[in-house]
Amino acid sequence: MSRVRDFWNSNRRNPNAIAYAIFIIGAIFYPSIVQFLNGGNGDYLVGFAADGGIYILMAIGLNVVVGFAGLLDLGYAAFFAIGSYTYATVASYHLGVTPIGHALHLPFWIALLIGMFVAAAAGALLGAPTLRLRGDYLAIVTLGFGEIVPIVFRNGEVWTGGVPGISGLDVPSLPGWFVGPWIGQDFGWVPDFRFNTGNLTAYYVLMCFLIAITVVLVHNLYNSRLGRAWMAVREDETAAAASGVNTVTVKLLAFSIGAATSGFAGAFYGAKLSYVSSENFGFVVSVTVLAMVVLGGMGNIPGAMLGAAVLYFILFRLLPDAPAQLQSLASALGLDFLNKADPNGWPGIGEVVSRLKYVIFGLILVGIMLLRPQGLLPSQVRKQELKHAEHEALTAPRQLQG
Amino acid sequence: MATAVQRLRGTFLPLSFNSGLNVIGILVVLVALFASTQRVIEGGGTYFFQTLGFGLAQGAIFALVALGYTMVYGIIELINFAHGDVFTLGAFFSLAIITSPLGALIGLTPSSSGAGVILPLLGLFVVTMLFCALVNIAIERVAYRPLRHAPRLAPLITAIGMSALLEGIMNVWKGPYNLAYPDFLPENQIPLGGGATIAAKSVFVIVIAVVLMVVLTLFINRSKLGKAMRATAQDRDAAQLMGIDINRTISATFFIGAALAGAGGIIYGLYYNSVQAFDGFQYGLYAFTAAVFGGIGNIPGAAIGGFVIGIVFAMSDGYFTTKWTIPLIFAILIFVLVFRPTGLLGMRVPEK
Repeated sequence: MSRVRDFWNSNRRNPNAIAYAIFIIGAIFYPSIVQFLNGGNGDYLVGFAADGGIYILMAIGLNVVVGFAGLLDLGYAAFFAIGSYTYATVASYHLGVTPIGHALHLPFWIALLIGMFVAAAAGALLGAPTLRLRGDYLAIVTLGFGEIVPIVFRNGEVWTGGVPGISGLDVPSLPGWFVGPWIGQDFGWVPDFRFNTGNLTAYYVLMCFLIAITVVLVHNLYNSRLGRAWMAVREDETAAAASGVNTVTVKLLAFSIGAATSGFAGAFYGAKLSYVSSENFGFVVSVTVLAMVVLGGMGNIPGAMLGAAVLYFILFRLLPDAPAQLQSLASALGLDFLNKADPNGWPGIGEVVSRLKYVIFGLILVGIMLLRPQGLLPSQVRKQELKHAEHEALTAPRQLQG
Repeated sequence: MATAVQRLRGTFLPLSFNSGLNVIGILVVLVALFASTQRVIEGGGTYFFQTLGFGLAQGAIFALVALGYTMVYGIIELINFAHGDVFTLGAFFSLAIITSPLGALIGLTPSSSGAGVILPLLGLFVVTMLFCALVNIAIERVAYRPLRHAPRLAPLITAIGMSALLEGIMNVWKGPYNLAYPDFLPENQIPLGGGATIAAKSVFVIVIAVVLMVVLTLFINRSKLGKAMRATAQDRDAAQLMGIDINRTISATFFIGAALAGAGGIIYGLYYNSVQAFDGFQYGLYAFTAAVFGGIGNIPGAAIGGFVIGIVFAMSDGYFTTKWTIPLIFAILIFVLVFRPTGLLGMRVPEK
């Protein structure tokens, strides 16, 4: 007990340690809790959390770009798409139907890494010429890139499966030396770790594992020389360059690492869904992830994760349920007229609520930036910066900000 | 700024790579021009003029929207992502007036047509432009002004947020459907001689846009407020020391930009007879491409860029395939930013 108290006392002023501890405990007990609460039928909730993990991964990656290096990437979904399609190409029957005529089925882990590296390479290719430009040009270039990529995949005909996309992707698998020779045998006492739709807990565990690896890697990067260089570039690019930081390389690394994380998440997404289609990678994905990072706290890894979890829950759990609940609430209160749709005006309260998604994005992005720019779970450094930026901007000559 | 960029370039890319990039850029442009010239010759004159008219009309709308982007960027160096949605709001608001009893009161209903429509339409333009302008001023007041001294990232994020908010509000209001916009304009073709024709619709759109742009140019170059805008764009602090009310000038910029976007919204509705809540975002991106093409911050550049992008759009649709038009436009955006970030009329961008 005293050790818990010691931990608490030494970390009271460090909300990140507490947040990490809560995340770990929550992640371990979440499946048992939801199964218990739903009488053993909580599998869909475990799967729901596994899907949310993809957004958490993407938020961690975008946090590197937006939070650490201070670059606005509005085409983040493009790298997600590239990761997914790469996975689909190297780990499915798809290449067999292209003119190549020979299907590739690379092992899951290698395909995952290939998806990641291809996305990182795409990020580097896009970033190398554009990162020399001013920061806000990057926003518009990535926005354009984010619009192009899904269209290219849609128009790619036989190479990308066209409008229907690619289906029948290989599901994840664990290496044989890891699971042992008894995999697939019906022993009963060996946990079944095959990945299929009936075993969502396996996906959940895999997702937690991937997130843990990513957090450790990104956390180490942040505390490295590169992380400090990111901070310097974000704060004042000219001063950073004058202090010997190679600003372009540093920014390019941030951009590529963000893209790599997105590609990694995308590859897992393809494997989980066993299906990719260009419809799933529109601008709305980019803006969702951005809103998650801004909500949670730019520049703070647990903040981005928290923001992703909260917004994911709101968008994919509360919002789909809200119309029906509000409709029953309205009729319970005797406000039935709210439910009636009028062909030329009021579409009914359920319909109105179901259209609220973009309003939520807007309110989060504008409200957080105006009222609490450091986000829900702020990074201590970033908080100071955002608070004191005003003084600096007033005293420093303006041309230095470019 | 310029020296900083050059220094950054020097550290990362050796000079030879930069000139290599330029050679590649010129080659790509030449190949594209060659391919399209061939197609145009095969297509024949009548088809060419039809496409050109369509492109000019589309370009006129792009230009109107691009002017707002470029003015705002020129004065506070912010990409106002919400601008494209203010444009859609113009179409939505005018449509709401036409379909409401108010529309019948001033003599505009979805089924009216003929010459009697001209005067009420003029009124509709004025009201819509005013409405959009006030909305844009409110956006600037709420979302950009408090963050004027914050890190650059902050206003960009609120701009994206405002864009999402406007889209969301329009989506809640009318739903994600294509709404029919009444067709007030004549459908006939005006002969140009030699069998070539141009749609009367296109002429109307181009004339209105050009008139608005001429008024804007006169205003910026002749009026006192226009002078204040140019001064603020050049050096905000110095302008302030000369007794210019910076906040008022910036508000005026947002007012004018949004008024033009609102007019563009009505023209868009009248021209395409259909409008949807999320149209403006994409359309705004094309217009932004036009602004970048002409040289961001440069008013004549935005107008020229708008027409060029409109023509490229129409030519790509007409001579190649519609499937690849949108990637082409964004490829131009990336291309221009990479090879010539100052745009077509580059050197006149205010440097800060």
